[in-house]
Amino acid sequence: MRGSADHSPVAGAAGPVVDDVLIHRMTPAVDPDCAFFWASGADGLLRMQRCRDCGYFVHPPAGFCPRCEGTRCEPRVVSGTGQVHTLTVNHQPWVPGQRPYIIAIVELDEQQGLRLTTNLVNCPFDVAYVGMRVSVGFVHRHGSWYPVFMPIEAV
Amino acid sequence: MADNRFEHASALTGIGQSAVGRRLGRSSLDLTLEACRSAIADAGLRSADIDGLSTYPGGDPIATFGYGGPAVYDVQDALRLNLQWYQGAAELPGQLGAIVAACMAIATGMARHVLVYRTVTESTAQGQSGRGSVLGADGASASGMGRWMAPFGAISAANWLAPVATRHFFDYGTTREQLGQIALVQRRHAALNPNAALRTPLTLEDYLGARMISSPLCLFDCDIPVDGSTAVVVSQQECANDSRHGGVFFEAFGTALRGRPSWDQYDDMASMASQGAAEQLWERSALRPADVDVAQLYDGFSILALVWLESLGFCGRGEAGPYLEGGQRISLGGELPLNTGGGQLSGGRLHGYGLIHEAVTQLRGQATGRQVADAEVALVSNGGGPIAGAMTLTRERP
Repeated sequence: MRGSADHSPVAGAAGPVVDDVLIHRMTPAVDPDCAFFWASGADGLLRMQRCRDCGYFVHPPAGFCPRCEGTRCEPRVVSGTGQVHTLTVNHQPWVPGQRPYIIAIVELDEQQGLRLTTNLVNCPFDVAYVGMRVSVGFVHRHGSWYPVFMPIEAV
Repeated sequence: MADNRFEHASALTGIGQSAVGRRLGRSSLDLTLEACRSAIADAGLRSADIDGLSTYPGGDPIATFGYGGPAVYDVQDALRLNLQWYQGAAELPGQLGAIVAACMAIATGMARHVLVYRTVTESTAQGQSGRGSVLGADGASASGMGRWMAPFGAISAANWLAPVATRHFFDYGTTREQLGQIALVQRRHAALNPNAALRTPLTLEDYLGARMISSPLCLFDCDIPVDGSTAVVVSQQECANDSRHGGVFFEAFGTALRGRPSWDQYDDMASMASQGAAEQLWERSALRPADVDVAQLYDGFSILALVWLESLGFCGRGEAGPYLEGGQRISLGGELPLNTGGGQLSGGRLHGYGLIHEAVTQLRGQATGRQVADAEVALVSNGGGPIAGAMTLTRERP
């Protein structure tokens, strides 16, 4: 059952390291609550904060479960699969020479509404669509492991 | 409907606006003083009468790249005001929050005449390098709400709102031709406003052929950065009798935020924060959508105005596309004249306060060349996305 306490541990398949499509990439501000998230991809696995008491995933990490009001939250490996909830293709070259790239909001399979903003890579921008099945990979840059997603089915 | 609504204790007695335009090269304080002095004079007051000062976002917290105007203390000092109450803040129900706060100060007896201003100098500040100038170096740190988005190249509000449009298109079948009516109609309205930034005719072909910024939003779905300042005077309601133009009245505010305050976590990505603000507005108001004579709906991007139309109940959820078809309903002479000064898409991005200025101008019957006949009720919304506020303004006392 999605998001329930008995959700079995996921043996997430390691996602690949992928080349960056962005010329310019900002870094997340240093934050002890979120450091695990940006370091997680070192072993190819995506981790999200999860309540140990009720199994609810909390994102962005807050250390507090809004469902059961528990405070025992910890990073938990997730499957790294999900679907595109919505997306946009950025065409405006905010940085000179930047090619169009896809910004997507992906909802992970583990829990309804468990979303993150990310890039959709290895995907021609005219075939990306809402509902597309995707899996995680990582861009390693600036000392962070940025989770990005790519289509599961060949496109 | 709530009894004894605090907003009924206030009236909007004066409006003022600085020069508005592209790359004026003037300081934000200079523009602000022009607008403030104009608003004070418009109310029939002198600086010595002002005892409250309020602004969004305040000078210090977000004083970046022309987004923030001067700090409250700079304006207070320049005008040598003696203040009983003041605030400058960004964590409010949209830009409108500065006016809501002013009304609260008046309702609680903390002030009698509150000067409210909103100033932007984004056109000059972004200069030749445009929006890219806000990025900083590769690897620069992203903080606040943006720390979950900017690291993925979502660095412009266009990138934060385009996914709302994508989702609306997906959920309801909305088309670019339908969304584009907002840009087209507002450009026609701007042609009737000598102060608007963009006044040349815009056709559907121009719109569909325009370069894409962040799909499905093209250039003409984005507002145009300008430099300019808008100021209003909010006074104790009984002062309206003595003001030069008689004042217009705050009928109801909507400030609620009933979902997760976030660009990517809000439950319904096709509506976001406008929903709560709109619901609360109608919970507090004695009016209904059909009573509104003219609407000034926030249009930092066209999709925001579309979402506001639905959230406010001018059409059903998901029905804004068909509602906008052909553009007649939102045109001058239509059932809901929208953003009659050109809005931000064509009038210029005054960050909500240009819309407030236009609403008051319409209610006073001073919108020469674009006046909505017998305009008695105006609806103004600000924000959308993760924060939002809305209000009904009336010519008569509520």
